[in-house]
Amino acid sequence: MDKFDFNVIERTWVYLFKTGMSFTLELTGLAMVGGILIGTVLAMMRLSSIKSISLVATSYVNLIRSMPLVLVIFWFYFLVPYIGAWIIGANQPISVGAFSSSLITFILFEAAYYCEIMRAGIQSISRGQVSAGNALGMNYWQTMGNIVLPQAFRNMIPVLLTQTIVLFQDVSLVYVLSITDFVGAASKIAQRDGRLIEMYLFVAVVYFIMCFGLSLLVKKLQQRVAIIR
Amino acid sequence: MNYNWNWRIFWAPSPDGLGTYMDTLWSGLMWTLATALTAWVMALILGAIIGTIRTMPNRWVERIANVYVELFRNIPLLVQMFLWYFVMPELVPESLGNWLKSMPNASFITAVIALGFFTSSRVAIQVSAGIHSLPRGQKLAGTALGLTLPQTYRYILLPMAFRIVMPPLTSEFLNIIKNSSVALTIGLMELTARARSMQEFSFQVFEAFTAATLIYIVVNIIVVNLMRLLEKKIAIPGFITSGSASAGGH
Repeated sequence: MDKFDFNVIERTWVYLFKTGMSFTLELTGLAMVGGILIGTVLAMMRLSSIKSISLVATSYVNLIRSMPLVLVIFWFYFLVPYIGAWIIGANQPISVGAFSSSLITFILFEAAYYCEIMRAGIQSISRGQVSAGNALGMNYWQTMGNIVLPQAFRNMIPVLLTQTIVLFQDVSLVYVLSITDFVGAASKIAQRDGRLIEMYLFVAVVYFIMCFGLSLLVKKLQQRVAIIR
Repeated sequence: MNYNWNWRIFWAPSPDGLGTYMDTLWSGLMWTLATALTAWVMALILGAIIGTIRTMPNRWVERIANVYVELFRNIPLLVQMFLWYFVMPELVPESLGNWLKSMPNASFITAVIALGFFTSSRVAIQVSAGIHSLPRGQKLAGTALGLTLPQTYRYILLPMAFRIVMPPLTSEFLNIIKNSSVALTIGLMELTARARSMQEFSFQVFEAFTAATLIYIVVNIIVVNLMRLLEKKIAIPGFITSGSASAGGH
């Protein structure tokens, strides 16, 4: 059939993976680390006994969670140059690269979702353990750092990883900023060579294999890390 | 910061012929709601069927339902939209493909199909989790009374399960509203796309996005409260579970 030409993939897969997929993976990895860190801090703030602190975190999380990711991407794309200018005291909005702009977006966006996971994790640790820590003379940070968070994190690893798979899929939305992530790279070639069918099918297959493989790994891990009570 | 705020921009006429920028955003909201609601009906029906099948004792049927769920869960929504919009019309016979491409509102119909299938897999997970959360004795009692398997599902398991899965379905409904914004990539002029076009025409970036954000928040609050009323009405005493299948996502 002359309608299909799957050679286009053979010709371009190096570019697709080297430029596109490496961007997607790098962004996913960094956003995961940053998102979990900030998400954990947000979760601790949400559970704080100080009303104003918990209100700030709750409002932030609810605000982000009621917005679509595409809109958040646009928000930060235009906002980050102004914030940057404000931080360094410049008069003009500074230019921020596509990668840093989307990295900030994804860290701050996913932090709201990781926060809810970590909150559930912290709440799954019985109050008695916190009391025991306090009785031993530990302060808040010592109890959190040595007793609660390690267990909360361990309990939540499967859910955190599942959320990371979602994050990996979400990164494809940087397409709206014409950034060359995996989908962006494929669509550039698709339009250049007029091979939309082949390219988008290939992208779908690659995503499916990666995400399905990862979710199987998560399932395996889930059985391993489960704390036997 | 030297940004020129101009909140009166919403009353200024917009070049898209809809009236003022306020009308532009309003038309976007209507498209968002229309897309989300139509896709939600499709997702509920498909999700309920697939979710029920996943709990059937027949190995092969269950496996097919699982393939369906994994297929629509593990491909990004954006890529699924592209597949329905660009690829599907080329794979069907040429006359049908041409008809599909020349349809008015093609991006709306494509968005509904893509969102419907995508969300149906997530609804299916929640529905089967709901059925699994029922005590095993209910199914046994049903069959012990002489009900056939379809009857047990129809009269005992499903009425219970659907009421139990209401809270997680609420968040899926919120998700489908938010996810409909992905359809701007295939040219659907929904709320986010309208805010973006308003930004491009008027250069008032932050006013446009603030307005869109506020609209999304208001829609969110209305949906949450309506669903809370509904959840209260249909909650089964003693079966109020906050725990849902942790499918991740948003």
